[in-house]
Amino acid sequence: MADQLPSTPKLDELEKGKWPSFVTEIKMAAKRSPMAADLLGQLEQSYREKIGYWKHGGIVGVMGYGGGVIGRYSALPKEYPGISHFHTMRINQPAGWFYTSDSLRKICDIWEKHGSGLTNMHGSTGDIILLGCRTEELEPVFDELQKIDFDIGGSGSDLRTPSCCCGMARCEWACYDTMALTHDLTMHYQDELHRPAFPYKFKFKMSGCPNDCVASIARSDLSIIGIWRDEIQIDKAAVTEYAEKGMDIQSDVVNNCPGKCINWDGKEITIDDSFCRHCMHCINVMPKALRPGKDRGAMLLIGSKAPIIEGAFLSSILVPFIKIEPPYTELKDLVDKIWDLWCEEGKNRERVGEFIQRVGLSAFLDEIEVEPIPEMVAHPRENPYVFYEDYEDDDEDDK
Amino acid sequence: MAKSIEEVADAMFNMVKEAQGVKKLKPMDLIKAMIQIYGEEVDKKLCKMAIKELINNGRCVYTYFGGSFIELPHREGAAND
Ligand code: SF4
Ligand code: SF4
Repeated sequence: MADQLPSTPKLDELEKGKWPSFVTEIKMAAKRSPMAADLLGQLEQSYREKIGYWKHGGIVGVMGYGGGVIGRYSALPKEYPGISHFHTMRINQPAGWFYTSDSLRKICDIWEKHGSGLTNMHGSTGDIILLGCRTEELEPVFDELQKIDFDIGGSGSDLRTPSCCCGMARCEWACYDTMALTHDLTMHYQDELHRPAFPYKFKFKMSGCPNDCVASIARSDLSIIGIWRDEIQIDKAAVTEYAEKGMDIQSDVVNNCPGKCINWDGKEITIDDSFCRHCMHCINVMPKALRPGKDRGAMLLIGSKAPIIEGAFLSSILVPFIKIEPPYTELKDLVDKIWDLWCEEGKNRERVGEFIQRVGLSAFLDEIEVEPIPEMVAHPRENPYVFYEDYEDDDEDDK
Repeated sequence: MAKSIEEVADAMFNMVKEAQGVKKLKPMDLIKAMIQIYGEEVDKKLCKMAIKELINNGRCVYTYFGGSFIELPHREGAAND
């Protein structure tokens, strides 16, 4: 037991104000956990001296797996023996982050028994993050987690733990079952998740509609975003009700449509769906009156990454519409082709988006056997030279 | 004739052993090397199974140093007692 907490004047500043404070949380844990108490001490010293005192470990893990454990050692083990080893474990969260309180309690009990008791719910990829464990406790934690049906997630150059929005479980806008797909991909790609064999990390994120609540377009190498390809469903009576209750449909809905494809004549709304950009704006503003169409599936976008310092990419369109139905064969075949090529040709630490930039989109599409289409053009080319290779060939043949 | 998983795993192990401390090898480096040495006697699937074998029986471990590699088990420099 940590009877006395270290003096932490710098950290105490972070407890002021009306927001939750991680310092308060660590102090609470430190009453029971010597690891948490030493963490406070080292953190205070880091803040005081403006030096980080963590060393990275690159080998620790559990038998058979190459991902899911991030090695950390204190650079001041004599001063803070409790955090001499302070490894992080990433635990694969359930699709949509649905837990029973009983399962959460069991995870916490395991972690209090073997680790620091500190958790981060959840990491940016979506995993449950268990912070602070000694090397010899990694296997016992893994064993106990498996007994309650939890597994370690991804880290390193592997498939990172797939994650999704709550989709059909709670949200009427879901155009496909994000949770089912996430679960299926997680189970199907177990080797890729646990045995790092890629040039660098690869993330799938599943959003049920273009509202993209898991920020898939910004944070995943393959963004799978629900979409419809027919007409937005309109409930005319509900439109009238919105208007009668004072909504300024022209200003709040029509004028904000990026496709400029909604018309409001004061009585009725009409939409020219061929110009709809599927931005969800009108549906979000008038949820009772407008709904996504009935012919639903997903759009696949490729290549985003959100690094902390520089070089963020957004995903760009790879497949404008694909049906997302079990056993998801079309999607998996495409993923396998992308991985084959990227694994073969990608450089160490090169994300798939960077790889596409290096080899060029047309070469990439050729190799994965996807036809180029106008939707893939993110912005018009800047140089004025246009080559019509096919036409030139045809002309040659004609001569 | 197709190589067995064990034969490929042994060949990979020797590569990893020779490279230890000199060059870090990624799984794809091992796979490409095996395909170069054995040609049509191996394929990617077999090579992946050989890597699995090496890791599962503890002869090699995955490591992470700015990318994931396959190495012989060893005590790392950063480790504390
Ligand atoms: S992304 Fe769309 S379907 Fe998923 S929770 Fe958000 S609004 Fe609902
Ligand atoms: S979804 Fe967006 S682009 Fe489409 S009609 Fe509504 S506001 Fe316009």
